Amino acid sequence: MISISGVMWLGGIVFASLALRPLGRALPIARLKAACDRMSLAGAFGYVIAAVALYQMFWLYFVKELIFFQWLLQGITGLGIAGYLFRFVGRHIGTDASRKLFRQMPVTAALGILIIIGYAITSVFADWLAPYGQAEIFNNVNVLPGGDPNLGGNPAHPLGTDQIGRDLLSRLIFGAQNTVGIAFVTTCLAFLIGTFFGFLAAAVGGWFDQFLSRVVDMMMSIPQLIFALLLMTIASAWAGSERWLLTVYMIIIIAVLDSTRVFRLSRAVGMNIVVMDFFEAAKLRGEKMSYLVFHEILPNAYAPLLAEFGLRFCFVFLTIASLSFLGVGIQPPLADWGTMVKDLAQFINFAVFSPLTAALPLMAAGAIALLTVAVNFVVDWMLHRASGLKE
Amino acid sequence: MGILSIILKRLGLGLLTMFLVSIIIFLAVNMLPGDFAQALLGQAATPEAVAAIRADLGLDRPIVTRYFDWLAGAARGDFGTSFAQANFGAYVGQTSVSNFGSVAAQLAPRFANTIFLASVTAAIAVPVSLTIGILAALYRNSVFDRVANVSTLTSISSPEFFVAYILILVFAVLNPILPSLSNIFEGMSFAERLEKTLLPALTLTLVVTAHMMRMTRAAIINLLASPYIEMARLKGLSPFRVIVVHALPNALAPIINVVALNLAYLITGVVVVEVVFVYPGIGQLFVDSVKIRDIPVVQACCLVFAAAYILLNLLADIMAILSNPRLRIPK
Repeated sequence: MISISGVMWLGGIVFASLALRPLGRALPIARLKAACDRMSLAGAFGYVIAAVALYQMFWLYFVKELIFFQWLLQGITGLGIAGYLFRFVGRHIGTDASRKLFRQMPVTAALGILIIIGYAITSVFADWLAPYGQAEIFNNVNVLPGGDPNLGGNPAHPLGTDQIGRDLLSRLIFGAQNTVGIAFVTTCLAFLIGTFFGFLAAAVGGWFDQFLSRVVDMMMSIPQLIFALLLMTIASAWAGSERWLLTVYMIIIIAVLDSTRVFRLSRAVGMNIVVMDFFEAAKLRGEKMSYLVFHEILPNAYAPLLAEFGLRFCFVFLTIASLSFLGVGIQPPLADWGTMVKDLAQFINFAVFSPLTAALPLMAAGAIALLTVAVNFVVDWMLHRASGLKE
Repeated sequence: MGILSIILKRLGLGLLTMFLVSIIIFLAVNMLPGDFAQALLGQAATPEAVAAIRADLGLDRPIVTRYFDWLAGAARGDFGTSFAQANFGAYVGQTSVSNFGSVAAQLAPRFANTIFLASVTAAIAVPVSLTIGILAALYRNSVFDRVANVSTLTSISSPEFFVAYILILVFAVLNPILPSLSNIFEGMSFAERLEKTLLPALTLTLVVTAHMMRMTRAAIINLLASPYIEMARLKGLSPFRVIVVHALPNALAPIINVVALNLAYLITGVVVVEVVFVYPGIGQLFVDSVKIRDIPVVQACCLVFAAAYILLNLLADIMAILSNPRLRIPK
């Protein structure tokens, strides 16, 4: 059944794209005729595919009224409008420099900045924003989301409660504080370690540089998540029953593993700086090594390191979320999104009966995805801008 | 310097890396508080029992001897005895002499399953991502390119389990076409296996395709800036011909590299995806062993993952050397 309708669709698309150009030429509109003359067959194919996709979206949204698709489309449209408005506001308010910045910015980057600001506010003010504490346990267990008492909801818990009676909305909000906060601390730590040793290797050179570089090569030849899991096994044995200690170990482990990538970059950037004349002059002046690293190399390596910070943050954030999802990352009672996805994942099977319940694990996972997408949008724009200025 | 000696040198370097990685894995596990014997017997064990097991497993010998014993065993495919299985074996009256609790016996079928999953993924992902990548390079800055760019960026940024659950929602719950659990067992027909593997493979495909497509696009656009492409275009060749006949053969080296690197990336992705779909592969075994601290299994899985990773990277290197004559001359 599926295959027959699939073949029919495919045949229809091919036929339509073959017929599109002669049809366009036959119509008595001069501009359409000119456009059809310029169009290649592949181009016609593209237009037909786009038209079919648009029709399918229309059908799913209005005829089939698929609630998940409606949410998705509303979400994307809402975010797009928010990004556009944010850019519009940024273009008219603020200093000349910031206005100029916003004028060159694509909507995706503006949206990315807006989302990052939103996450930052949520994580800093989580204590005020969340209705309850993250580990607070209520008597009502497994309250369904929606807040409608007739459907098993409770107006006091808009997103319901989990299997031991913790408010899910509060945990989602506190997840911003824990997951994002821990990822941020880890990235900062990785940068401290990585840039320090990277610049030192560049400045000192010789056997010291060789030694560090080979150690880093070694560490990078084991896939990162695998290495992290191996080390977490050992860390969990050391931590014993002290759950919070395991979180601290995880921060250190991921920071060290990620600092290898930072080391590579900062060493490469540093290498380009130490051959400059001003660095040679500072060395001949007899400056100390700490002065050389922090006053000569660091200010000149600022731009590439900033873009790398964004990318590193994404990787660290995803690694931590994956570890938590696998059950060896951030430990309860701290609320975090990876663990929430793991705990709520089974609800996805109720999608047909109660879409909102099925959306719970997707909300936590989507919260992770949204932030990484936002950071990537901004970094993409920064890199594009940097390369655009060079050309 | 001949091409053969360069490749041999790379192979030697790969072997050395493998050797050092095995040292790291072995040392890391030896950083555990207590030792195998203690972990095997638990907290309440008498000192005599611990000493007996220690002598039995050879844990009283110096660490260097133990390392080489372990390495020699691993090279023969013998990774020792699994803790969990050993305990279970003791319950049902099996002795450690039989093959029952060996890590290798546990690992082998799962390894085959993971290879199957990876092959299905590669079979879908490689052609799709190369096609999209080349099309995006051909029609760059068009609507198609923008859409491809934003959607691949989104799927790179999403955690694997997010993609996995979205696919489960669409293909297993809302439209029950594919099974959401991949319970694969021996004696299944190929078609059945394929059906059970399709959803995890699709998840991995989405993640890997994004990377591969972006790298292919970048590699081809990089080439399109070179003078001989300009020349071909000025000759009046069609854009399609310029790409397929002139750019693609020269882009082969970077593309092969991209494919190999992304297959190496699959190794990390496989762990999370196998857990989501309860796929009986090596990644699932690894995570389960990490949770119950079954050290011999963790060690073995780690070694297998690292070996596959190093091998694929080595392959990428060698392919790059073979397809690009400029790399054959050492600087």
